Amino acid sequence: MAHVEGQQHPISVYLWIWGLLFVLSAFSYLVDYFGFQGYLRWSLILVFMLMKAGLIVAVFMHMRWERLALMYAILVPPLCLLVLISLMAVEGDYTFVTRASSFGQGSGVPVEHPYRPHGAG
Amino acid sequence: MTQSVLTSTGASPPLPEGLQGIVADWSSDQRAFKKVPWGKAMMWIFLLSDTFIFTCFLTSYMAVRMSTTVPWPNPSEVFALTIAGHHIPLILIAIMTFILISSSGTMAMAVKFGYEKNKKMCSILLVVTAFFGASFVGMQAFEWTKLIVEEGVRPWGNPMGAPQFGASFFMITGFHGFHVSVGVIFLIITAIKVLRGDLDRQRPGFMTGRKGNYEIVEIMGLYWHFVDLVWVFIFAFFYLW
Repeated sequence: MAHVEGQQHPISVYLWIWGLLFVLSAFSYLVDYFGFQGYLRWSLILVFMLMKAGLIVAVFMHMRWERLALMYAILVPPLCLLVLISLMAVEGDYTFVTRASSFGQGSGVPVEHPYRPHGAG
Repeated sequence: MTQSVLTSTGASPPLPEGLQGIVADWSSDQRAFKKVPWGKAMMWIFLLSDTFIFTCFLTSYMAVRMSTTVPWPNPSEVFALTIAGHHIPLILIAIMTFILISSSGTMAMAVKFGYEKNKKMCSILLVVTAFFGASFVGMQAFEWTKLIVEEGVRPWGNPMGAPQFGASFFMITGFHGFHVSVGVIFLIITAIKVLRGDLDRQRPGFMTGRKGNYEIVEIMGLYWHFVDLVWVFIFAFFYLW
């Protein structure tokens, strides 16, 4: 048993991170509350999101105290997902353009609302 | 005990061939993740696979939201509540976020008290975490009911805009809520184990011959923090975007 040491850190570390997460969550909620739009909104949301995710993984999940082998094994593979996300972003954009030019206004195809609630029509 | 096996690699005996070789190779004492209990490394690898699943969901949501020509319903309005005459945007989701973060805080402290072998504090904090988790699921049930019954949102359509909204919403939050529910069950099981003193007596757990110890509290914590982590991304991409 002696060779496995548990993660022992002072309780103040957790309370600090807890408080920071509260503040960051409040900030990201205020982004919506004040109705920021456009690139300001998206960059603020992403910054607060990444800071929260980093604090949770690094401190609450003790990743910053682990050996580098485990860190890399867990944190590097998700980078592959960035490839998937970029590919799907290109694909989604292409589908949007195709739909707009084929079914949009002026294309001659009647636009139909996809769903009518409460049996209207 | 494993330490002696790990270090005695001076003169290695000849390696077995064939099927025996496969068994010997896979079962040999080669540890990549030093200073980490076996169960913890495996939990990390499970969480890695779960990361890929949730990213696939969020990516598919991104793809359908980018490709639809029908306006996307405004989440700020869809999830607004009127409390005491005030119309507050996204308030329920904000409360759910704070509750889940609080549960992460209590979980982290439960792990700390676990390693200190403070059974009372550890199990109290685990039960508090489970309570936060259960109230999160309860609020989610309220949110789903409101959306289905009052707003008429269905997986195939909704009155507010793009029909893909419902499919993405039910898929992503449903899968996350399922994770939270499973977590609550295991939090209660872990709390009972701690309180009964199973971990002090090294009593083997359900379906395993391995001796129980306080590492299982930390492994439970990893899962719970991950559930909170996923919510951070769902909150940003689905509710705020």
